[in-house]
Formats: sequence, structure tokens, C-alpha cells
Amino acid sequence: MTATRPSSSYLLATCALLALLAAAAVHATLAQRAAAPSQARTAALVKRLELTDFALLTDARYSRNPSQADRHAPFQDHPLALEHFPSGSLIAVPPQLRERSVNHGTP
Amino acid sequence: MALLERQRRLLDFTLSSLLRRKGKNGALVAVYALTIFLLASVLFFGESLRREASIILADAPSLVVQRMMAGRHELIPDSYADQVRSIRGVRSVKPRLWGYYYDPLSGANYTIVTSEERKNGTIAIGSGVASTRKLAVDDVLPLRASKGDTMLFTVAEVLSEESALASADLMIVTPADFREFFAMPAGFATDLIVDSGNPRECSTIAEKIAIRLPDTRPIVREEILRTYDAIFGLRSGMVLAVLACAVIAFLIFAWDKATGLSAEERAEIGILKAVGWDTSDVLLMKFWEGTVISVTAFLAGTALAYAHVFLAGASLFEPALKGWSVIYPAFRPTPVFDPAQIVTIFFLTVVPYIAVTVVPVWRAATIDPDAVMRT
Repeated sequence: MTATRPSSSYLLATCALLALLAAAAVHATLAQRAAAPSQARTAALVKRLELTDFALLTDARYSRNPSQADRHAPFQDHPLALEHFPSGSLIAVPPQLRERSVNHGTP
Repeated sequence: MALLERQRRLLDFTLSSLLRRKGKNGALVAVYALTIFLLASVLFFGESLRREASIILADAPSLVVQRMMAGRHELIPDSYADQVRSIRGVRSVKPRLWGYYYDPLSGANYTIVTSEERKNGTIAIGSGVASTRKLAVDDVLPLRASKGDTMLFTVAEVLSEESALASADLMIVTPADFREFFAMPAGFATDLIVDSGNPRECSTIAEKIAIRLPDTRPIVREEILRTYDAIFGLRSGMVLAVLACAVIAFLIFAWDKATGLSAEERAEIGILKAVGWDTSDVLLMKFWEGTVISVTAFLAGTALAYAHVFLAGASLFEPALKGWSVIYPAFRPTPVFDPAQIVTIFFLTVVPYIAVTVVPVWRAATIDPDAVMRT
């Protein structure tokens, strides 16, 4: 009886991992299809209530509504106040606040 | 076929050589896979949120106008709405009432919005509010109003959990109740919603508003959506920290490889050359060694990251996302499998590793076998 070659076991294991990734791709496609109606209902709620942001980070008002936050929001207490909400480290400064445009030089 | 068989024999030899140092190579693959797992988890989660934002917030208000005073968001008078209405291209302007309410009982922050569809004295609440305050339909919710009195609201609706990402912390009341609750003076609103009819005109209208009313800040829908491009983006603090860890871990691998081979590895190369292996054979063997380690780590790390984010609900990120907030939506990211993203992770992690494995071996393999074995 011949022993299994190491390469056979390795190739088999690699194929199994590749199959897992392929299964992930199929799972993602099916899950997206299944989530579509629920996403449409949520989008309708957003439209009806005129919402602008996700309720994902509710600890500070500028992380609850990052799109509505102004330049000064994380430093409301005083100009040198450090960011003290962990959620602030998850969102980079919204791009529109980094760009100089006509509507951001507000007093 | 002969070429394939030759490569397979080289792979057999490489695997046997790797298995001789099982512990060291096993640990290397585990740490490498963990690094890829972290990186891929962040990328998958960020991409899923960005896609979710592009779908769910696609019908967000096309233009919001805030008033600013001394660097802070200020109530906007109705007269501003009249001025915006007079701008050409504006179809309608609607004052919007919304705000935040800190609930001392639960320590949670709620977002209060208004809807004309409700009846005075009733309230609709998000699933997060319902679970925090243990409320159901027809329960009475007492809230302390701005003037210190308690207002009683009857829960008319609990918003479904499927919309929790947009509504977990919401409380929906009528505009009249909102004004009474916050003692907001008549003739003012939180901000204005402007509808232009033609989305392409929004930016022009925003510019006109900013010129006509210099203390306002118009925010167009594209800016709202772009905000979510920045969430879990490469420049945000936590992602930067994870990326820095991944880069440092990778530099340690590279440093270990590039500063030379262990005496055992050098002796192995010397022996192989002494028994008749070509430099190209040794290089191929080392190429296979790098490929076996990095491809295994890549596949395992990526598959685990997918399972973590999309099957386990990104549970490792939850403490960071939750932060100090009491309400956290029961949110399961919608799975995303973007081949371009997988290829990016592959090129960021696998290709550099193979390169740093082969280069020092090429140096050792080109010198005399006797000299290699003696060092």
C-alpha cells in the first residue's frame, strides 16, 4: 500500500479552502437577494421620515448623524478637547468637511 | 505532464521540509492567517456598510439646509425657508423637526423625529428603544420634557427590527408634540429639506443658498452618501490601527526572511546543491515554500473573516462599534463578496511574502555549497 503524497493532502486542503470561498460567493449572492425586500422597506422608511444617517453609533450626536455634523462637532466642549467617544475612531472625517467649498466656510 | 510531475515532486519535498519544522511553520501560518483575518474583516465590514448606505440612504433628502451660529448648529427661522423657496429650480421647502433626547433612566440617547401621520399623544419607537425601556404597543412612555414636566406618550407602533440600522434609536411624534416637548418656539425648525425636482440641480441650488444665506450650510445627498464611504475607511482611526498592526506583523516576517536564513536552512540549501540541485531548483523549492505558507494563510484568513463578519455578525467589532452607546442596532451586515477586494487582499499579503522569501534564498543559493555549509 502506497503512502499518500504530501502534495495530494495539501492540494486537497487548498481545494477545500477554495471551495469555502466559492461557497461564500454563492452565499453572498443569495443573501443579497434575500435582503433586498427588507432593504427596500428600510429605504422607504428613510424616505418617509426624511432620515439622513444610520443609527449605528448612537453615543455622540456627531457619530449618530455624521453627515449632519459640522467641522467643530467633535470639539464642542472646548477647542482642544480630545475625542472621547470610541465611535469617533471608526469614521474618518466626512470628505465634504475636508474639502473647501462654498458651503463650508460658514460662520 | 513531466513538467507538472516535476513541480509536484518539488512540492512534495517542500511540504516534507516544512513538516520537519511543524511547530515553527504552524505558528507562522496561524499568525499570518490572523493578520489577514483582521484586515479582511475590516474590509468586508466596511464594504458591506457602504453598500447598505448606498441602498438604504438612496432616498435620503436630496438637500438639507442647516443654519450655523458661532460654529454650532442653530434653529432655522421660517423666513429662511421663504428665501430658499424663491430660488429658481426649488420645487418645495419643508421645515424639518428633529432632535436628541438623553434618557436618564437608561442612559441612552434617542433621536426624536416628527411625522404628520401620527396622532398627538402617541409615539412610534425603534426596536432599540423598545428593548431598552421594555416597551410594547399600547404601553405608556413617560418622558421628561424641557420645562421639567412629564409628558405621557402611548406607544402606537414599534418599528420592526429589520429596519434597526436606520431606526433603532428613533422616537416618532407629531410636530405639535415635538414643539411642546422641547419648548421649541413657533416659526423655527431644526433644518430645512429642499426638493429641487431635478437632482442634477441640487449642487447649483446649494451654492445659491450658501451665497444668499451665508450663515447656512447646505448638505446635498451625495455628501450624505460619501460620508459612509469614510466609515471604516482607510483613514479612520481604528482601521488605521488594524492596518498598522498588519503592516508591522508583515514587516517582522519580511525582516526575518530578508536578514538571512537560519543556519539549518543554509545547511539544507548547501546539501541540496552538493547533491546536484541547480540554483533554479532551490529557488523553485523556496518559491513553493512561500506559496504554501502564504496561500494557506490567505485562504484560511479570508474564509474566517467572511464567517466572522457575515455569519457571526462581526462580533469582534461590536464592542468598538457600541462604544459608549446604550442602543446598538441588531445589525447583521448583508454579505458582500467582491472579487476585486479579494484580489486586493491577495496582492497585499501573498505576493510580497513570496518575494521576500525568494530573494534571500537566491543569495544563498548562488554561492558555493561548501561555503554555505561551513557558515
